[in-house]
Amino acid sequence: MGKTLAEKVWDEHVVRSVDGEPDLLYVDLHLIHEVTSPQAFDGLRLAGRRVRRPDLTLATEDHNVPTIDWDKPIADPVSRTQVDTLRRNAEEFGVRLHPLGDIEQGIVHVVGPQLGLTQPGMTIVCGDSHTSTHGAFGAIAFGIGTSEVEHVLATQTLPQAKPKTMSVTIDGSLPEGVTGKDMVLALIAHAGTGGGQGYIVEYRGQAIEELSMEGRMTVCNMSIEWGAKAGMIAPDQTTFDYIEGRPEAPKGADWDVAVAHWQTLRTDDDAVFDREIVMDATTMTPFVTWGTNPGQGVPLGANVPGPEDFDDVQDRIAAENALRYMGLEAGTPMREVKVDTVFVGSCTNGRIEDLRLAASIIEGHHVAADTRMLVVPGSARVRLQAEGEGLDVIFKQAGAEWRGAGCSMCLGMNPDTIAPGERSASTSNRNFEGRQGKGGRTHLVSVPVAAATAIRGTLSSPADLTPATVGSN
Amino acid sequence: MDKFTSHTGVGVPLRRSNVDTDQIIPAEYLKRVTRTGFEDGLFAAWRNDPSFVLNNQAYAGGSVLVAGPDFGTGSSREHAVWALQNYGFRAVISPRFGDIFRGNSGKAGLVAAQVDEKVVQRIWDLLDAEPGATVTVDLESRTVRAGTGIDAIEDSFDIDDYTRWRLLEGLDDIGITLGHEADIAAFETTRPTWKPVTLHAV
Ligand code: SF4
Repeated sequence: MGKTLAEKVWDEHVVRSVDGEPDLLYVDLHLIHEVTSPQAFDGLRLAGRRVRRPDLTLATEDHNVPTIDWDKPIADPVSRTQVDTLRRNAEEFGVRLHPLGDIEQGIVHVVGPQLGLTQPGMTIVCGDSHTSTHGAFGAIAFGIGTSEVEHVLATQTLPQAKPKTMSVTIDGSLPEGVTGKDMVLALIAHAGTGGGQGYIVEYRGQAIEELSMEGRMTVCNMSIEWGAKAGMIAPDQTTFDYIEGRPEAPKGADWDVAVAHWQTLRTDDDAVFDREIVMDATTMTPFVTWGTNPGQGVPLGANVPGPEDFDDVQDRIAAENALRYMGLEAGTPMREVKVDTVFVGSCTNGRIEDLRLAASIIEGHHVAADTRMLVVPGSARVRLQAEGEGLDVIFKQAGAEWRGAGCSMCLGMNPDTIAPGERSASTSNRNFEGRQGKGGRTHLVSVPVAAATAIRGTLSSPADLTPATVGSN
Repeated sequence: MDKFTSHTGVGVPLRRSNVDTDQIIPAEYLKRVTRTGFEDGLFAAWRNDPSFVLNNQAYAGGSVLVAGPDFGTGSSREHAVWALQNYGFRAVISPRFGDIFRGNSGKAGLVAAQVDEKVVQRIWDLLDAEPGATVTVDLESRTVRAGTGIDAIEDSFDIDDYTRWRLLEGLDDIGITLGHEADIAAFETTRPTWKPVTLHAV
């Protein structure tokens, strides 16, 4: 019997396999940031251990860093200590670090692909659940906790039970204006937040193949939001074209050898998945969340559901709680929901393609009077690239705030938060209670919906806009 | 890590599903660089609500949390496990856990016992009827027990064999893996040279 993509990559990384024990898996790339690493380095020091492979380790600062005044010392002393601790640890253990102010600094899941460090067939881990992003290249990539960070630092391996495999096939082509983000939100609403638990998911089918690398990263990024261990997409010409020429990509003869190997990383025709989901892209529409978990979503054209729309008791209670928290009436058209803040950014939708798309919609329009819009590039390089293309000017002319790189309002760990009761439309991945600030209300949306919502002040898609007069405002 | 064989303590009913790690401890509390002191952030958004279960004196000193399905979904922050432990919890019972949370629990020594949804419902009902009642999580026999007499609840729970063994023995994972150093070194010699590295000789 043939193997799935996940099984091929897994098997290539098994250091040791014994019945009754998890496999010992080799880690090709370990990404590190300031929040989940300090206690791991402490553990190493206490035990007198070293970092086994600093050359397979990369650190950057993202979760906690400010997006304004990033050239000055961090104002919050506790945040500053955490960032300083990472700098000290990187220095002491010989780990490459891209600190605030460095051109390669940024959200760890934007930085890896952008440097060309994320490649097909690798195993990649990071103390961050959205490590699944890197699966877009055909890597097995997943988030780990701090004890595991310490484990990887010390051994470059992780004991892991082999997950089951699932295929999610998206047939047909996405309609114009519908993105990977809408696709994955629709999938999570369909499968439920626990639906992927215990599986490595392979996304396939025509609509997936037609996505850009950025779109694929958005889809894989949200694998964790329906509980999957990891999400993957088989590498193809789109993948190779994206990687070629990046700083850490294989060069010369190595490139040919690498590509030849990468081309073998496809699920065999006779391989069997433990579970299969099939969806139709052609009927998909812009999709937004109304509740407090990523599975509580509906098409933008639908109404806010009520508890009685759910069969399962737990779902009904969850819906009741969510409606109360979100301050929403069942039956309200989603398009009438008024939004205070629009956030474009995060490891889900903070790459250059996302910013270009947002700018193309916003150009010639103005952000609605009672709405603020925050645009936060995923990395310093994305910021510079966007500025080189004049996107920052378009955003600023429309009345949006243009910021420095980092996680920012995705998790509200730095000063970028929303106030209690404030409502946001966010291109990030989590609408949990208080995620963007205590008492804040989050609607997860795609980039086009975020941009159109900023202009109209209510949840909208570009189809709702009257044409802009470019150049005026 | 301390050995865990069996623990009996006051059960705390958390009647909620989908309690993600942002609920267990919000991001603003993650700035510390230690493993201790996170109890102040535990369920921070709910702690000001007088009706929240941890504010009920009857459950003071609670050490076994009994939660609804999909407990610990979301972020990979191990701080969620530390916050529970720092507060005094030794075990969490739920019908389904977020994957990373369950893994983190196993590493940090918090027992994540997965039981049938009906069992959680029965323990909830018992703890509501008799606030302050104890719940036993027996790792040796893989059972949860609560209540006495004809209403007594006893059921098995799921936890993977390897994690159970490590917890019973109180073993440090890294120490075990370092014992396989020769295997790791041998594997490294077979890695293709074109795979990327982050440090380059200058
Ligand atoms: S952008 Fe958000 S989801 Fe992504 S790594 Fe940062 S905090 Fe996590």
